[in-house]
Amino acid sequence: MGGSTLTPATLIVERDGLDALIGELRAQHRTVLGPLVRDGVITHGEVTGIDDLPIGWTEQQSGGTYRLQPTGTDEIFAFSTPSESWKRYVHPPRALMLRARREGPAITVETPRPEPEPVAFFGVRSCDLAALGILDRVLLDPEATDPNYAVRRSDIFIVAAGCSTPAATCFCASMQTGPSPTSGFDLSIAELKGSEPLSYLIAAGTERGAEVLGLLPGRSATAADHEHATAVHDQAVAAMHRTLDAADPPRAAAAPEHPQWNDIAERCLACGNCTMVCPTCFCSSVEDTTSLDGNHTDRTRVWDSCFGLDFTHMHGGPTRTSIASRYRHWLLHKLVTWQDQFDSSGCVGCGRCITWCPVGIDLTAEIPKLARAATEVAP
Amino acid sequence: MTVTDPRNPTVPPSSRPSLAVWKFASCDGCQLTLLDCEDELLAVADQLDVAFFLEASSASVAGPYDVSLVEGSITTEEDRARIQEVRAQSKTLITIGACATAGGIQALRNTSDVSEFLRIVYATPSYISTLETSTPIADHVSVDFELRGCPIDRQQLLEVIGAYLVGRTPNTPGHSVCVECKQQGNPCVLVAHGTPCLGPATQAGCGALCPSYLRGCYGCFGPAETPNPHSLGATLLEAGLPPDELQRLFHTYNAWAEPFRGAVQVPTPTHRRPATQQENTR
Repeated sequence: MGGSTLTPATLIVERDGLDALIGELRAQHRTVLGPLVRDGVITHGEVTGIDDLPIGWTEQQSGGTYRLQPTGTDEIFAFSTPSESWKRYVHPPRALMLRARREGPAITVETPRPEPEPVAFFGVRSCDLAALGILDRVLLDPEATDPNYAVRRSDIFIVAAGCSTPAATCFCASMQTGPSPTSGFDLSIAELKGSEPLSYLIAAGTERGAEVLGLLPGRSATAADHEHATAVHDQAVAAMHRTLDAADPPRAAAAPEHPQWNDIAERCLACGNCTMVCPTCFCSSVEDTTSLDGNHTDRTRVWDSCFGLDFTHMHGGPTRTSIASRYRHWLLHKLVTWQDQFDSSGCVGCGRCITWCPVGIDLTAEIPKLARAATEVAP
Repeated sequence: MTVTDPRNPTVPPSSRPSLAVWKFASCDGCQLTLLDCEDELLAVADQLDVAFFLEASSASVAGPYDVSLVEGSITTEEDRARIQEVRAQSKTLITIGACATAGGIQALRNTSDVSEFLRIVYATPSYISTLETSTPIADHVSVDFELRGCPIDRQQLLEVIGAYLVGRTPNTPGHSVCVECKQQGNPCVLVAHGTPCLGPATQAGCGALCPSYLRGCYGCFGPAETPNPHSLGATLLEAGLPPDELQRLFHTYNAWAEPFRGAVQVPTPTHRRPATQQENTR
């Protein structure tokens, strides 16, 4: 690959071009996972052509509320973040780690691994792309590689899609993770909102992306097309009003006695939804189950949440018993100690923790309160 | 990897622990869950001597028993005495279901006037002998493990039995239904559809059964380990749920479980008066 030019680097296609793209990925024997409407939300699932995509759908998101809405247009990418991130596919909720069998006096232990499966992620938002990058840093760390993640991550063709319609809960621009993808994809799509006919600017990010691009029906992109894409990007940035100061994590607010933690805890349900929907929360627990005859044992890794008491349960009981201490742990890990551990923030600004919190706790609103009151109480 | 098992895996039949299944005030649904184990029932019978289980067999073996599964709540004087006897005969006592662990739906009487119910329901209330309250087993005797649910979950029951047999702690997480619901990939019915749901305050264990069918959680498994029912209730009211419906939501199967009990203000019955003779006999 080294030194070769990506040819063609960009292409303008219409809907048939996107359909051909999905068809080409399927012809490569890839399972194509993309956005679709299911059970009143836009989520991810297998797509076989563009008709499966959320054509004409968008959504309204705010703290604790999500509502699907028709757009009245033919736009395919007029929504923001799907309800789920890609975490489910690269780091599934349950994964078998070990299986032990006893036959007579002998015990056999196997460590099953998933088979590598060629997959394509279609329509990956820039925030979610950044989240995959964070998970890669954490779970592919050469000193502590997660073997399951490594297998699942090994062959994913990534088709990113720039975001033209951020939700009210989005703040990727403030986290410098979006709304337009800049790296980490094979192909990246920009829907040229308002173009006639509705067109898509596709850019290649890898050699294999360029090869696929060369097979699609389309025309070369003009300077006007690029300007159109830039205008869509600029509008999306302007439409985002939430911010989080990523450069200045609230270390000052870390004091456990800060009164705002209790204010949050009065509202927080400790239900764990924020951690489940977070595209970078990777914590899991390990569960051993035994057959009734005691001859089979399965060890399974299961998604866990730092909002549960068992998360810190050790000899003598759990260490973070109050809801305030658990929320504080989650927020400070996500924004502060994540930087110490993994050299980045753990937050990508997707806003899912705001939308899917049943009581709508909003970290972008809590951080300024934590910072302000901490300054006020400082000597 | 193969290693030699230091233990003798053959369990002689005489050394199998004995199992007793007891019923108190309940609908039988939880002990039926044991019979419902179908595929695993023979495996259970291989590991445990089923010594007393009237729903399965009228042939009973006298106690003491190694492990007792207790279904139902205490609602009569006789049962208040009987549970002491069951405890005395059981090395390990496991309560199963919302009745046994929280008093069940019949604990709705605890905040009402029982004589009023008797008067309305029964033609001859004098035939009925009942306590004023329905209380969980743990209010009367020490309980070794409580398995939640209305009814209990089959897999969780097998997990508890399996864990008992090998002497480990059962995997029955105390976190919310939401964790299970998100693991399943369900959309949140509360956030996305505005459906009232007790999932955020309810203990997991059912596999998020109702939300998986796009219905709100009814709280069958009782309060999660550290629920915040006041905040959830306030949110549901704000979303337009009428206060009486909020009360009904919290006060069903686990109405007497402490965090649900106080989740909403229970109006004091205004008609607390003894039934007249005429009313009793109509």
